[in-house]
Amino acid sequence: MEPTDTSRPDYYHRVVDCQWACPAHTDVPEYIRLIAQGRFTDAYMVNRHSNVFPGILGRVCDRPCEPACRRGRIEQKPVAICRLKRVAADQRDDVAGRLPVIPQAKNGRRIACIGAGCASLTVANDLMPLGYEVTIFEQYAEPGGLMRTNIPSFRLPSAVLNEEIAMITGMGVDLRLNTPVGSMRELLGAGGFDAVFVGSGAPQGKELTLPGREAGAANIHIGIAWLESVAFGHIERIGRRVLIIGVGNTAMDCCRTSLRLGAESVKVMARKPRAFFKASAWELEDAEEESVGIVVNRSPKAFRIEGGKLTGMMFDRMEYDLDAAGRITAERVVGEEFLPADDVILAIGQENAFPWIERGLGIEFDKWNVPRIDPVTFQSTRPGVFFGGDAAFGPKNIIWAVEHGHQAAISIHRHCQGEPVAARLPPGVNLQSRKMGMHEWSYSNDYTPVERRLMPHVSIKERFKKLNIEVELGFTAEQVEQEVQRCLNCDVQTVFTAKLCIECDACLDICPVDCLTITHNGAEAELRQRLKAPAKNLAQPLYVSAALPQTARVMVKDEDLCVHCGLCAERCPTAAWDMQKSEVHWPQAADQPQPVAAEPAKKIA
Amino acid sequence: MTFIAKPKVAHPSLPRNPLGLTRRDYEGALSTLCAGCGHDSITAAIVEASWGLALEPQNVVKLSGIGCSSKTTAYFVSGGHGFNSVHGRMPSIAMGANVANRNLSYIGVSGDGDTLSIGLGQFCHAIRRNLDMLYIIENNGVYGLTKGQFSASADIGTRAKKGETNVQPPIDPVLLAMTLGASFVARSFSGDKRQLVPLIQAGLKHRGFALIDVLSPCVTFNDHEGSTKSYAYTREHYEPAVQADFVPLEREISVEYREGEAVPVVMHDGSRIVLRKLDAGYDPTNRATASAHIQERMKAGEYLTGLLFLDETAQHEFHQVNSTPARPLNSLPYEALSPGSKGLEKILSRYR
Repeated sequence: MEPTDTSRPDYYHRVVDCQWACPAHTDVPEYIRLIAQGRFTDAYMVNRHSNVFPGILGRVCDRPCEPACRRGRIEQKPVAICRLKRVAADQRDDVAGRLPVIPQAKNGRRIACIGAGCASLTVANDLMPLGYEVTIFEQYAEPGGLMRTNIPSFRLPSAVLNEEIAMITGMGVDLRLNTPVGSMRELLGAGGFDAVFVGSGAPQGKELTLPGREAGAANIHIGIAWLESVAFGHIERIGRRVLIIGVGNTAMDCCRTSLRLGAESVKVMARKPRAFFKASAWELEDAEEESVGIVVNRSPKAFRIEGGKLTGMMFDRMEYDLDAAGRITAERVVGEEFLPADDVILAIGQENAFPWIERGLGIEFDKWNVPRIDPVTFQSTRPGVFFGGDAAFGPKNIIWAVEHGHQAAISIHRHCQGEPVAARLPPGVNLQSRKMGMHEWSYSNDYTPVERRLMPHVSIKERFKKLNIEVELGFTAEQVEQEVQRCLNCDVQTVFTAKLCIECDACLDICPVDCLTITHNGAEAELRQRLKAPAKNLAQPLYVSAALPQTARVMVKDEDLCVHCGLCAERCPTAAWDMQKSEVHWPQAADQPQPVAAEPAKKIA
Repeated sequence: MTFIAKPKVAHPSLPRNPLGLTRRDYEGALSTLCAGCGHDSITAAIVEASWGLALEPQNVVKLSGIGCSSKTTAYFVSGGHGFNSVHGRMPSIAMGANVANRNLSYIGVSGDGDTLSIGLGQFCHAIRRNLDMLYIIENNGVYGLTKGQFSASADIGTRAKKGETNVQPPIDPVLLAMTLGASFVARSFSGDKRQLVPLIQAGLKHRGFALIDVLSPCVTFNDHEGSTKSYAYTREHYEPAVQADFVPLEREISVEYREGEAVPVVMHDGSRIVLRKLDAGYDPTNRATASAHIQERMKAGEYLTGLLFLDETAQHEFHQVNSTPARPLNSLPYEALSPGSKGLEKILSRYR
């Protein structure tokens, strides 16, 4: 193998599994260390820089970081990253003085954002400090988008939502509530905006067309529309027996909301076995804790209507053959089953819909009526019109929408400065040694063998009394103290300098997880087999040094299971190994060059 | 020294031996030696070899004297028995233990000072008596624990860290052992585990005294330019002559050896050592020519390494000569251990 080029920013970035997996590249180990030091406000600001909504995401993020967490490869359960984020948000002081300063003198460029959801808010958050005037059009009376309408308040209290949205709208955003945009043509035609950002989400729930659907319409609801009505207080009751069709995260919110609106028996109906569920494991767990029944292998067949009223639903009982990899190779119907119900909620997915964007504006759509968006710049086929969040590539989740917002803001900024939108600053990585003394490091390098802490919940008896009782209580101080120590500090990198190595084997001998080997070089596949512990996880890279001075062998490190204990560097007599903190710099709009254009670019509309 | 303990967490795909143990189970306390010390590598090689042989930790006895080297017995097989003796007196303890129980694996770890200066007499007699043990010398040519004075194994012309040159001739433990009739003599280097681990395994399987002189650079006091026992110098002047591949009892010899290149030697328990000649002119079974060859290479400034001499047929093994009981003394009935007053009377009458 060629010597690993660690000057590539993505090499060390990738070692920080959580940060690599996070769409917004949140510096997770850094904020966990700050929490460990009791610096909650600093931890909050580290979060806010990349993910904008730490209080919200600390409760309801989809947590792509946690399945990626190295701790999960060492002892099954990852660090409770999301829960720690909430600790920072809950324990912080007022951050008003630490938010970006908004210039009094504006730069003369006006931006329209459609939909006051997380994507649009992020665009405003990134552009307001640069002197832009941002107008957000929102169809409802309150901002927040799907964060408000689709996430029940027992998971995300409105106080948290309001506060973090206010940090952005308080920057002087022109927020126009109750102002749906009915026509893109009119918006563009009216003029006055230098760029338009569409962050209108994926607001349309999928329909299930089966016999009886229309006759039973009064008691058959579309999941996201129903949650929205609950959020705005239009719906306050539901029947005694409720069936939820679908087993994604929306289904989990629907079943738990039903329990709080008077339902006594709630069943979630899944067409396939458990391994195929779309819901996050922890959302399933929380629903099951509340005695929601999850019924697998039932495919909806028909609604039963008696006397003009829904009385239940007929299902096909399914059977599947799976191959060794767990994929379905055959399916068949083995019978049918009737389940009585007073209400049925359909939660089988959602899609984006743009009835208000006219054709012929230069905004091209593909055959599924999805706009053609550049995956890097988020620009549509019409220059100056950008998309982000669920509106861009269909339903994802908040953290993706935030990153779309950051990237779109860069594009909008470049567009308004007359720069090519695709030419953006590349990411970078800074490294700084953590060495403090002979065997002292400025991070807690000892491995703490404590298991993942469990989130305390409001008791089952209490939590159903009101719709908006937040179920998760947050970690106690003792839990925080233990959970932070589970983080392996993956951002404190093992940095190797080949020319200093005297091949004494000290690092190899001390490494607790056998991730180091000195051997002759070879092809990667074969080299992986020859290491002290074979490197079987192909998703994790090997580090290969330059030829070592004395024997021309190479130092190989399997990045898979390194616990960043720093013992290799402690036992190294020549400091060929050093522990250095990597700081990934992921550019945002404010980092782009800020040329002041002589005269404003011409209005696009 | 390191402040934190080596984390107990281990690589999940770490291989297990027939006892179901991983390498990590053969470790001991965390080393307090200087970072980069060759001794720590030897410790790691002992760990690897013990794991490979699937030694039951409770059947291992670790013996040592005084010195940096002698501290290392605390750093491997924490489940074994250990005895730190008086300086240079480890062989006496080894003999006593050997008499009491011949069924254990005895690993003695000593240094060039402990063996070649204060303990030279004990060392010679342990070889003469052919004690059933593995004797490892962690040889770095200096007294590290007293800040780097030349030891008895320092080569003529080697320079100390402060600049003075050694003029006294060294005692070479390998040549000394050959002249004293040792039946297993090897030399190796802490930086070459591929050679060292099978040597330790072979040494443990050898019936009788097995000596491995391991060049083990002192990273603090003897790893500078001008030293003949630094990492760099050793690597440059290091000449493997005979690679000993250890083949356990239950395994077939799977590696293909070229005709005339390899000689399998059957150990007393049925396991085998395949001696692979890396130096065609060298015969590790002929004491006289081997001795001459080693001396010749030494004059040329080379460290000849590997299993330099092996005689598995030697008849003067300690237990054989002294008819020690097959069972440990603590499992024998009192009557068998004590002659009783009548027996004592009989013995005493012989001297009247």
